[in-house]
Amino acid sequence: MKPELKFVDVIAQQQRRHKRKNDLACFEHTFRSEVTSVYPLTEMETIYRIQIIDPEERKRFRFIPGQFLMLELPGIGEAPFSISSSPSIHGEVELCIRKAGNLTNYLAKVGRGAIVGIRGPFGTGFPMEEMHGQNILLIAGGLGLAPLRSPIAYAQENRSHFREVNIIYGTKSPANLLFTYQYDMWSRDDINLHIIVEKADPSWKGAVGLSTDILMKILSGRSDDFYHNTYAIVCGPPVMFKFVCKMLNTFHIPMQKMFVSLERRMHCGMGKCCRCNVGSTYTCIKGPVFDYWTVMNLKEAI
Amino acid sequence: MIFRTFKKDELKKLVEILAAHNRIVGPVEAGRDKHGSPIYAFNEVSDFNSIRLNYTTTKLPAKRYFLPFQEDLSSFRTEGGGWQKIIDYNADKPLIFFGLHPCDINALNKLDKVLMHSVYPMPYYAAKRKNMFIIGVECIPQTFCFCRSMGADTALHGFDMFITDLGNKYFVEILTDTAYNFLKSIRTEEPEEKDHVLYMKAVAERNKKFTTRVDTTDLAKILDMEFQSDVWKHWGEICLSCGTCSNVCPTCYCYGVEETVDLDLKGARKTKTLHSCNLIDFAEVAGGHNFRPERHSRLKYRYYHKHRGFVEAFEESLCVGCGRCGESCLAGINVPEVIASVRGGKIKK
Repeated sequence: MKPELKFVDVIAQQQRRHKRKNDLACFEHTFRSEVTSVYPLTEMETIYRIQIIDPEERKRFRFIPGQFLMLELPGIGEAPFSISSSPSIHGEVELCIRKAGNLTNYLAKVGRGAIVGIRGPFGTGFPMEEMHGQNILLIAGGLGLAPLRSPIAYAQENRSHFREVNIIYGTKSPANLLFTYQYDMWSRDDINLHIIVEKADPSWKGAVGLSTDILMKILSGRSDDFYHNTYAIVCGPPVMFKFVCKMLNTFHIPMQKMFVSLERRMHCGMGKCCRCNVGSTYTCIKGPVFDYWTVMNLKEAI
Repeated sequence: MIFRTFKKDELKKLVEILAAHNRIVGPVEAGRDKHGSPIYAFNEVSDFNSIRLNYTTTKLPAKRYFLPFQEDLSSFRTEGGGWQKIIDYNADKPLIFFGLHPCDINALNKLDKVLMHSVYPMPYYAAKRKNMFIIGVECIPQTFCFCRSMGADTALHGFDMFITDLGNKYFVEILTDTAYNFLKSIRTEEPEEKDHVLYMKAVAERNKKFTTRVDTTDLAKILDMEFQSDVWKHWGEICLSCGTCSNVCPTCYCYGVEETVDLDLKGARKTKTLHSCNLIDFAEVAGGHNFRPERHSRLKYRYYHKHRGFVEAFEESLCVGCGRCGESCLAGINVPEVIASVRGGKIKK
């Protein structure tokens, strides 16, 4: 790699910086919302479409891919979920939720029409605009496809702004695959989809192995131009992105162009409760999306 | 800054005038320990004579008045198929804090930075903090105090007035106009040069009494370097993970949120409870994965947050050096020894 520094455009950076809420009344403000659709994906995961009830609030609600929100079921609890839908749809979000605890099990019972609360959006997102003109690698493991569905939607809607777009998606078994009904549409939008499972079942005809196997194939033998102009977004279990990021690093993909989303259990989402701290960094404010250089500097991040 | 002096018996008058119209919290004797020494606590007081201005330190900070152990963030009323959220910041009356030491005032200043002056200011804290009137008093350094090492032995702001004992009278620093107006109700005098000398002498005398020191030079960096050090395992071995240190800490603000349904099934509430990073479930995520399953990793995290993370964010430590955690720790773990061991790379036998 050429040891050449790049010019930093400060004005463009300032414009990108999104405004923080400094109003005291914002702290516990909940958007009353309705579950308008419940769509089971697998035995464990369901996609919930949630719409803000107030039309004015709905109009104002904006988020960027990678951000999360707090979903509240009064009397049951509140938990963070990353947004799984397109950022161009305002006031309505889709959350891909796995049954894992009290809140998510209860949610599975309430169904369509339930009134829930949402707060947010919170945290950092993937810098999609910065990626314009570049190749993108979207690498997901298991439930990690849920937060990736938002940048994928962005890439679909703005396909002309990107060069090559690759999705690498690995799961334990074919039965765990999420959003299977969308694969065809992604391919039609000229997004290369590579799926790999750890354990095949008799009907499985695709690849078997780890996502790094596919990544290796995609990255091998490319030009320097490809490596230097590629962004990677990685979501999945910690053990996966450790290996994926290591591999990306050996191909000299810049660490500032590799983004990961860290999972922590936020109780506030606003940098107060400390439950999401990694080392001593708030995942809810400085993250959940971090570039890999930052992650390397965080203790016990992965 | 405006300075005044007043005769000692005027203080009683001031407190009585203030107590007639306000609630006052001050240090009182709550009991005696097994050696017969008094145990002090911050309680609501109405009688000047029950206030112990020469108290050593309190077992618990005054935290429960601004960061209560438990408080409702909101409640819900069900109506039809939906619900309404009712938000209450749980503050209704101003409160006078009489007799806070510099360390406890500095603790508030540090909490202000994260809870009030950063993104998403917390209204539950702000509502209480903005309704505090603080009368600070000079302390008597104890053997376990290391506030001087943490730069928290003097309070420069965060109080309304601050009183120092000059022998036969009090020297008072006035920071707010509210304090200035309150002082009009008693007889005060303009300090003379000899009062300044007496004040400086009193402070110098006090400063001589600090015995415990913590070397904080490059501490943030050293904590990073020694992240894998075995000394953490040693402290983790003896730590009971009981969370007492956080409970008695004037700056620990971490919490958890839980929701419960009311017994009449017509409502629900969202409750915030102070938590401790030493408790096992602190960093647990959905599905049961725990990012800090071992005691040593949790204990280390606590030091990390206090002495590194907060420094990174606000250029000062979150520890004020009051020494309460060390005094209360059932396993006898204290900050000066832990930091010395991290710096030295070994446990002092």
